[in-house]
Order: sequence, then structure tokens, then C-alpha cells
Amino acid sequence: MNEKYNVSSSPHIRDRIKSSNIMLMVLIGLLPATLFGIWNFRHENAWILVVVTTAAAVLSELIYELLMHKPVTIKDLSAAVTGLLLALNLPPTLPWWMGVIGAVFAVIVVKQLFGGLGQNFMNPALAGRCFLLISFTSQMTYFVYDGVTGPTPLANLKSGEAVDTMDMLIGNIRGTIGETSVIAIMIGAMFLILMGVIDLRIPGSYIVSFVVFITIFGGHGFDPQYITAHLCGGGLMLGAWFMATDYVTSPITSSGKIVYGICMGLLTGLFRLFGGTAEGVSYAIIISNLLVPLIEKVTLPRPFGFGKGGEK
Amino acid sequence: MNKCIERIFNGLVKENPTFVLMLGMCPTLAVTTSAVNGVGMGLSTTAVLIMSNMLISMLRKIIPDSVRMPAFIVVVASFVTIVDFLLEGFVPSLYDSLGLYIPLIVVNCIILGRAESYASKSPVLPSIFDGIGMGLGFTVGLTCIGIVREIIGAGQIFGMDLPAVRISSIVLEYEPVAIFVQAPGAFLVLSCLVAAQNKIKNNLAKKGRKVPKSAGCAEGCASCPSHGICGGHPAGYETAGKTDEKKEQEGA
Repeated sequence: MNEKYNVSSSPHIRDRIKSSNIMLMVLIGLLPATLFGIWNFRHENAWILVVVTTAAAVLSELIYELLMHKPVTIKDLSAAVTGLLLALNLPPTLPWWMGVIGAVFAVIVVKQLFGGLGQNFMNPALAGRCFLLISFTSQMTYFVYDGVTGPTPLANLKSGEAVDTMDMLIGNIRGTIGETSVIAIMIGAMFLILMGVIDLRIPGSYIVSFVVFITIFGGHGFDPQYITAHLCGGGLMLGAWFMATDYVTSPITSSGKIVYGICMGLLTGLFRLFGGTAEGVSYAIIISNLLVPLIEKVTLPRPFGFGKGGEK
Repeated sequence: MNKCIERIFNGLVKENPTFVLMLGMCPTLAVTTSAVNGVGMGLSTTAVLIMSNMLISMLRKIIPDSVRMPAFIVVVASFVTIVDFLLEGFVPSLYDSLGLYIPLIVVNCIILGRAESYASKSPVLPSIFDGIGMGLGFTVGLTCIGIVREIIGAGQIFGMDLPAVRISSIVLEYEPVAIFVQAPGAFLVLSCLVAAQNKIKNNLAKKGRKVPKSAGCAEGCASCPSHGICGGHPAGYETAGKTDEKKEQEGA
């Protein structure tokens, strides 16, 4: 770390919050979804995948930093958050070593090679998931619940079949480990909002723009049942509350956050309705991650007393 | 004859088009899904490169400076057409898998680059050897990338499956990581190989061994097409660049 910080104009506020505090709070926020996922997929032994993937993320950060003679940063818990988020985005039946490959890719290639925490250009956990999705497509789209294989409710929805919205809300459905229960995710998200960790602008504009897109192009008009099913299905909730709000890969400006959320909402709707697969949240978020530098540049706030373009 | 061997060494190691000059990235990234494709693409390019270098070097005093680019393109395109037909006739399987990238050899920047910066200024024999060196360097680069991508992404080496590992009754079969035979894998493998190559060179330099530095602009800065990019400060500037400046001053 160099000591050059760009200081904005006064007044300044001192705070005791550190990265590790925030990461700890995110971990606590993820706890309900994790515990529900482990219980939900107890027949598939989902806990092994969760533990192994999280451990692999932390260990690969430790080993990389030791090998490269860098300060060891596993205490800031960001690697643990990455590993846990990745695990929650994997189907419970995935072989454990694939989870390890995804975690190593996420931490070493996406995060460490670009300079560690704060430098990664896209969400490491989602990049790891997309890496696995492209590499092991059949295993990554193989969903089991209670020993029965089948499509996820979102895939049913895409093919025009009826889905049980109540089940999708509670979470006893097929899907990845952490995405199934909207209630569990919302409990964690509420905690993070109350603690001031996440900004409502990103998930809010994401979900609203997604609903608008689905209403216009979904072919069902304003059908609450259809829209609820879309909102509760797949990784939308997990993505909107826990992954889109990642500090490193989301814009820092207030209006930028809204643009970023709209961007994700439109892309998710586009992928889900017109794309080849039922799910599109992960790709929508990482594509929007790539747009963040551009969004920040456009939405840069103007200092008081300066005209357009920062000139006096 | 020394000059000729130097040209081959230059193309293979010092200015390897794939790993040092980073030229011809389009075929490098697109066709190296397997080792065979890499070899095929590399050798096709080598053949075109040798022939076009030779012909352009022969014609270097006839081609007017103002229309040299169209003239080079005509020469290169003729040889590419010949290679295209030969591949279609004799190795149709390779022709199918390389597809569009064979006609695209015409606009491969290695070929035009060598024509512009070397063959159009040098005698015939060194130009031929320059073509051989650059072509082989390109072939080696493509083959390396192809082998790595094929092993990781498809579990094969030159089309043969990797043997399954047997530990008593458990049979471990390799599970291909499909991303490596798709577009992102090409970037990952290329960057890792370039990094490994730079690491080896750096280690050699630390041990005090003589390391071949990229001369880059042996022909001087003024006529170099990438002068605007490097601004007269290319890689290996301290050794090669200064002598070039002297040469330029003498010339002026």
C-alpha cells in the first residue's frame, strides 16, 4: 500500500469501521442463507462443498501472498467472503475439487493478480462461478433436491410451466446452495442495511429496473405472480443484495450506483427472457462490473463553485 | 552465413513474434484450440512468410515507395491463395478446422511487418532466413499454446486421450476444463506463457548470463512503423536504442 490518499474537500469524518469489520458483517449477513442452504441440501452433503470452497479461497490467498512475499491479508476476511459467496453460487452436487478450482481462480487470477483487495476489476466470486459454468457446464447445471433431479423453477418458468411461488419464497426448491431461500437472504440483507453496510440504491434500482423490464417484455403484462416468481427464482436476490453491492466493483458515486443498478436489471432481464439459458444474474453483474469505471467517470460529482467539466 | 543463423535465432528467441513482439494475435488466440491446429497454422504462415520475404526482397528496388503496401499485399495474397488450395487439396481436415484463418494470413501483421521492416530493405538470402526464423518462432509459439490448451481443455495431446490414472481399483479420468479450448482460455494460456518466459529471462539476467534483448528496431527509428507508439524508447532501449540513434545521426 502506498501512502498517497486522494483526500476530498473537508469536512472529514473519522470512523472506526475497517475492511475486516465490514467483511465480518457480510459474513454474518450470509449466515442465514448459508445455514438454510446446508439444511436444505442436507441429503446432498452441501456443507462439505461450502467448507472446502471457503477454505480453498482463504488458503490460496495465504499461499499466494507467502510465495510472493506480500503482507498476508487473510485477516481482513475478504477471501473468506469470496469463498463463501462462490460456494453459495454452486449446485450442491458439484464435486468438491471443482469448488476448489473455482475458488483458486477467483482469488488468485481475478483478485490477487490484479493487486489484491480493492484492485479486482470484477467480483471474484462471480468470476469464479462463471469460470466453472463455462468449464463444467453439465455439472454446474445439474440440480438435485431431495434426491430428485430436475430443472430449477426458473427453467420451468422459462419453458412456460407453472411454478409454486410460495416454495420459491421459502426455498425448498432446486438451485444453487445459497440462492433458494428468499426469506433467508432477506434476513441477512436486512441486517446489512441496518448496520449501514450496503447501500439501498444498488439493489433497489436493480430490482425495480428488472421488474420494469419483465413487465414490458415478459409477455405477461403486469402479472404479480409471474413477476414474483422471476424475483424469487435463481440468483437474483443473492446477486442483488450480496454481490452487486461489493464495494470494490460497484460505483462510488450516488447517481452512478443507480445507473449501475439499472444496467444490471436490464441485462438480467435481457439474458433471462431472450438468452439461451434460464439464468443470467451472474453474467449481468460481471458485465456491469466492467462498466463501473465508465459509470464513475460520467457521474463524477461537480465540486462546489466549479462549472461544467470541472472548470472555474 | 552467420547473418542467416542470427536471423533464425532472432526469430525464434530474441524477437519471437508470439511471446516477445506480440504480433499476429488474431490467429494466435483463435486457432490454437489444439496442438495440431497450432502446428498447421504456424507452418502455413511460415511457408507464406518465406516466399513473400524472398519475392519482396527481390523486388525491393522495383517497387516504388509510395505504392509498396498494395504491392506487398498482392505478393502475400498470391502465396496465401496457393497455400489455401494446397491445404484444401492435401490436408482437408486441417483446412476445415482452420477455416477462415487461412485466407486471413494475408493480413497477418507478422508477414506485412517483416516485409515492411526487413525484406524490403535487405538482400534476398537474409530475408529468406528471416522468414524461416520468424515463421518457426510463430510455429513454436502457436504449438506451445495449442499443447497447453489441448491438455487442459480437452484432456488430449495431439488428438490422443491422456491416460487414465489407476490406483488399485480406482480409475481417475481427467475431467476437461472446457474454458481452455474456448476464447477466454486462449488469453489465460498466452499470458501465463509470456509471464513464464519473462521470468526465465529475468532469472538468467540476475545470474549474470547474457540475455538476448529484443533489438526491436535494428533498422532505426525513422522508418519504423511503430515509432509513434514507442516514441523512440523500445524494449532494450539502453543497448539497441542508443546505437540506433548514433546511426541515425550519422545518416543525417
